[in-house]
Amino acid sequence: MTQMTRETLFNLAMMAGLILFPLWAWIADEPFMITLATKAVILALAGVGLNLALGLGGLVSLGHAAFFGLGGYAMGILASHAQSYSPILETPFVIEGTKSMPVIWLTAIISSGLAALAIGALSLRTSGVYFIMITLAFGQMLYFFAISWPAYGGEDGLSIYVRNGFPGLNTLDPIQFYGICFTVLTIVLILCARLAKSPFGLALNAARQTAERVETVGISPYKLRLVAFTLSGMITGLAGALFADLNRFVSPTMFSWQTSGEIMVFIIIGGVARLFGPVVGAVIFIALEHLLGGLSDYWHIYLGILLLLIVLFARGGVIGTLAGKENAHD
Amino acid sequence: MSMILLAEQVLNGLQLGVMLFVMAAGLTLVFGVMGLINLAHGSLFMIGAFAAAAVAGATGSFLLALIAALSAAAAVGALVEVVVIRRLYDRDHLDQVLATFALILIFSEGTRWIFGSFPLFLNIPPYLAGPVTLPGGIEYPLYRLTLITIGLSIAAALFWLINRTRLGIQIRAGENDREMIAALGVDISKLYTIVFALGAALAGLAGALVGAIQSVQVGMGEPVLILAFVVIVIGGIGSIKGALIAAILVGLTDTLGGVLLPALFKQFMEASAATSIGSSLASMAIYILMAVVLIWRPTGLFGARA
Repeated sequence: MTQMTRETLFNLAMMAGLILFPLWAWIADEPFMITLATKAVILALAGVGLNLALGLGGLVSLGHAAFFGLGGYAMGILASHAQSYSPILETPFVIEGTKSMPVIWLTAIISSGLAALAIGALSLRTSGVYFIMITLAFGQMLYFFAISWPAYGGEDGLSIYVRNGFPGLNTLDPIQFYGICFTVLTIVLILCARLAKSPFGLALNAARQTAERVETVGISPYKLRLVAFTLSGMITGLAGALFADLNRFVSPTMFSWQTSGEIMVFIIIGGVARLFGPVVGAVIFIALEHLLGGLSDYWHIYLGILLLLIVLFARGGVIGTLAGKENAHD
Repeated sequence: MSMILLAEQVLNGLQLGVMLFVMAAGLTLVFGVMGLINLAHGSLFMIGAFAAAAVAGATGSFLLALIAALSAAAAVGALVEVVVIRRLYDRDHLDQVLATFALILIFSEGTRWIFGSFPLFLNIPPYLAGPVTLPGGIEYPLYRLTLITIGLSIAAALFWLINRTRLGIQIRAGENDREMIAALGVDISKLYTIVFALGAALAGLAGALVGAIQSVQVGMGEPVLILAFVVIVIGGIGSIKGALIAAILVGLTDTLGGVLLPALFKQFMEASAATSIGSSLASMAIYILMAVVLIWRPTGLFGARA
């Protein structure tokens, strides 16, 4: 139990840091630092989404960029139509674009959820290395589709002039936009923590360890995994919409397989299947990008070496090393 | 569409296919024998191309450049196997994916550091430049025809190696039961290093050969790597025969899809919409092919392992 407390303490400290750092930056008038923190929080959200499939469900998806990109394009398409006052669809009924964040989020969640349902339903027929490859293939499929589809910018992507609005807030103010992203992350973290403890989460965890046992008691591992994969895609899609809003830009890069790899990297740096794993990972990633990127143009070398050392010697990531082993389950 | 254009596209598809096979053969051997997913295989392709471009630039000899590509990639492959890859054999696939993803970052940025961000050029040697006339009046570049020949010869040599030599017997035995073969006195870690270096050398050779018809730059390995993965997954992981058939299938699908799909859509759509939908679908065609194959046969065409 002491180990559990140590991880909880660590998580609380992390939350405090995510509140105090931007507050400091706001008081010290360092808007760039707030933007960095916003980026870390949004990428953490994408990682929390993948962690649901990867950590809890044991589904190594190398195609989560598909959902990240879909969320991004949901924002890009809606906002670009609102920007040019041209409806998205005129027949059989009119669909207008929008600049309202809640509507955009809902669209992003629904579209990436549907995509995850379809991709998951097909991919989960395979397992192991074939699953990794087929999710990668679906990600690449959307990547090349985004590049070759000229209506929404093709290879160049889409720019949005003004950040989308949230009722009652000024989203152009960095600290307010950070507040929105941080609140979303907190809500999703609470939901994920409850999900992991729920009957569904426990069954999913059991299916990861021994699928046969779960099947014996009458639960279908396929359905559990499909639900987990869909929820996971929805969260990553929401992160994609926020990420696009942060940059006011979407491009096919969001769909690229390096994006899938990076989201996975956050989880590994932080710790697989830890609630705060992706949060720690994303914060470290952004900090490294900022610090090492300032020192050397080739900072990816150092990132690569660090990642290699973590995989080879520090299994369990940062949280695993600091807070001790996961409460034993195998 | 004229038959000559179609024949040229079939040859282009075949050329892409055999080069993908040379890439995929190493990947599928490494997975079949050691059970390892190696994302860094594309980096070895890149290393081969850079070694070839550097040596060709210094000596002017294309043959020396190819030898340099083979040996540089094999040497780097053996080194990486001994230092890193060896520790990953008994890890799960997630660790393998991440460690080799880390290797990609290290190799790509390292190459950028040494050679800079600008692409290098590797020229086709004069004796292989220019077109030849094939039966039927098809004018086809001699170099691409050479690539097809080299690719098919490598395929033949690999089948011979696997089926007829002592090393091949050990490799096949290693695929079936690695503890048994170690118990029979085969130095399993040496065998692994040899297999990995062999796969690396093939990737490096493919990089040098393909590098002469495109530019040699950082990041050139990853698109090919993903295509090679599509190939080994369609063919069934671990199967050389599957890799050859799937490579040619993927090569033809990619090349012919780019020509035929827009033409097909033009039959019943206006031209500009047909081109945009046709080319969007064509760029996705091989991934659709892979998804269909995996849904039909979850372990690929010739895959035995579940």
